[in-house]
Amino acid sequence: MLVAVSSLTVLGAVLGVLLGFASRRFHVEGNPVVAEVEALMPGSNCGQCGFPGCAGAAAAIAGGEAPATCCPPGGKALAQSIAARLGLDIDLSAVADAGPQLAVVTEDICIGCCRCIKACPTDAILGGAKQIHAVLHEACTGCGNCVERCPTEAIGLKPVPLTLQHWVWPNPARA
Amino acid sequence: MGFLDKIFRPLTRSEPWGVHPDERKRPASETPIRRLPPPPLLYLPLSQHVGAAAEPIVRIGQKVLKGECVATAKGNISAPVHAPTSGEIVAIGPITAPHPSRLEMMAITLRSDMEDRWAPLEGLADPLARAPEELARRVAEAGIVGLGGATFPASVKLGLGHRSRIRTLILNGSECEPYLSCDDRLMRERAGGVIRGAVLMRHATGAREVRIGIEDNKPEAIAAMRAAVDGHADVQVCVVPARYPMGSDRQLIIELTGIEVPAESRAADVGVLVHNVGTAFAIHQAIDLGRPLVSRLMTLNGEALAQPGNYEVLVGTLVEDLLAFAGGVRGEPARLVMGGPMMGLLLPSAKVPVVKGCSGILALSATEVARDEPGPCIRCGSCTRACPVGLLPLEMNARIANAALDAAVALGLHDCIGCGCCAWVCPSRIPLVQAFNHAKGELAAHERDKKRTDATRRMAEARSERLEREAREKAEAAARRAAERKAQKAREAAESAASNSEGAPA
Ligand code: SF4
Ligand code: SF4
Ligand code: SF4
Ligand code: SF4
Repeated sequence: MLVAVSSLTVLGAVLGVLLGFASRRFHVEGNPVVAEVEALMPGSNCGQCGFPGCAGAAAAIAGGEAPATCCPPGGKALAQSIAARLGLDIDLSAVADAGPQLAVVTEDICIGCCRCIKACPTDAILGGAKQIHAVLHEACTGCGNCVERCPTEAIGLKPVPLTLQHWVWPNPARA
Repeated sequence: MGFLDKIFRPLTRSEPWGVHPDERKRPASETPIRRLPPPPLLYLPLSQHVGAAAEPIVRIGQKVLKGECVATAKGNISAPVHAPTSGEIVAIGPITAPHPSRLEMMAITLRSDMEDRWAPLEGLADPLARAPEELARRVAEAGIVGLGGATFPASVKLGLGHRSRIRTLILNGSECEPYLSCDDRLMRERAGGVIRGAVLMRHATGAREVRIGIEDNKPEAIAAMRAAVDGHADVQVCVVPARYPMGSDRQLIIELTGIEVPAESRAADVGVLVHNVGTAFAIHQAIDLGRPLVSRLMTLNGEALAQPGNYEVLVGTLVEDLLAFAGGVRGEPARLVMGGPMMGLLLPSAKVPVVKGCSGILALSATEVARDEPGPCIRCGSCTRACPVGLLPLEMNARIANAALDAAVALGLHDCIGCGCCAWVCPSRIPLVQAFNHAKGELAAHERDKKRTDATRRMAEARSERLEREAREKAEAAARRAAERKAQKAREAAESAASNSEGAPA
């Protein structure tokens, strides 16, 4: 009994030290480019890009597996700053096509279940149990996470209406 | 380069900037101002100024008198809206905006009762003895905005005077855009009111002198203003050469004071303030008579119009009603423009209201708007010579065509005043200004996107912090409960032990 206990203890201790040493010795730095791109991202981990969060998206962009335009909440500005960082050429028209969206609660169907609140990465939804919920437009990135959670399909995405303040002159045709 | 630049800079500067487009001010400029009767319906946009939209304070069905406030200013940079005639509020909702985008804007609809009855008005007695702030407040309450077209709330600009020590107040009477003559008519027919406004503004800003810049193609206006100035030693009428865009703030400041406003700063930073002559007249009306801004002078012009002329128009009148009053149009106008032909806005239809910043409506015929298809740039350099700011329009356009907006900014895109001289002279008919407007809009949109991304990041961080905190609090609460239970148990055990020992037979 004593032999078994002591030999296993010794074995554990030796292997532990070895492992600890190895982890220091063979430590791999996180890719600094990925970290830099990730720092540019909105950080809401909303998943609109199709990756499991901003870190995943950053890695894919840095690795050339995803376009710099893949993050809808970041919009053109983000795509440009990533492209500038990585020295990429990008097609900005791809970003404009999608157009920003906002979540809207249809008030007479909302049962106040609070499931959408838990799904929102930016805490954009307000409301308590058994109360009609509402979306703060300033905070919503239009990721759609809440839409899937709603049991009564009360929450949906609507395109953000274009206003005079946001309208941009079209680029003229040139010869 | 820098050295040579220093030597040649004065030479290149004295080279005439700008252009001389066909004036086409006559015959409209020779007809006296006519007053338009109130139309049956008026549409009052809540956003007729730079800054936050006004907030309606009337209900549907409410009766209002002429000059009554129907929407109040919201925030520091904003302006209220007043009923231009007496009548009943019939709707508050979106209407098509007088803007090329065809988008909608919020507006109050007023049905005129055709009586045009003023609300009781009260002018300010002896305003020159009052505090400047009081005058500025009156101007703010009257909803006066820059009537030259910039529509910046006039009171905010007056307030700048005291914060940044204004030395010279400039009144802009140059009216350099072709076709327009409403400022010309105003100075000819109501010179006394304009000068009175200038004196009030001088008091409100604390400026030492007032200079009124008028182009040399308006001799009657110059004579009328000179006659009205008589007796005001510190108000001076200055004649400037007729050249487009003389009415741009920066150009007029150089012409009248010799000061060049640095690219990144405002005129107030160099001790100068520029206001339009129409604004001065509106300020006189607001302070001396207590009248809010409910009407303004507008030029109706263009070959498609039967009777071109200058009209005093109630703000909110439909362009359609306006054209009908001015004798109607001959055939279908090829283009309707709000403002001048160089910087005005193309109107989506005649079913839009005129707003405070509208200096004219042009109904242009097909021959007037004929313009060849754009061709390639032949690098003639005409645009560079014409640009009043000294930019390189051809280079900026080439950058924007390649979506290299940052490169265009490096070439000075933000200094472009959108005057249109470059496009006007371009022999290849390249729509240069539209390219610059497009680029400015895109850059502003990027700026908004960036702010939004930052805000999202902050909110996501706040959320993860909240989740962590909640988890921690839960864990702490659980630990506390466990500890309490333990203590309770221990107490119970101790008590039962004690009772056991008590209960034990002695
Ligand atoms: S779409 Fe953008 S914000 Fe959302 S997870 Fe992907 S990178 Fe992050
Ligand atoms: S409200 Fe819905 S769509 Fe908007 S950010 Fe939250 S989860 Fe995404
Ligand atoms: S004026 Fe027109 S053609 Fe001439 S250089 Fe400028 S853009 Fe080119
Ligand atoms: S570049 Fe801008 S400021 Fe220069 S002429 Fe063209 S529109 Fe006017």
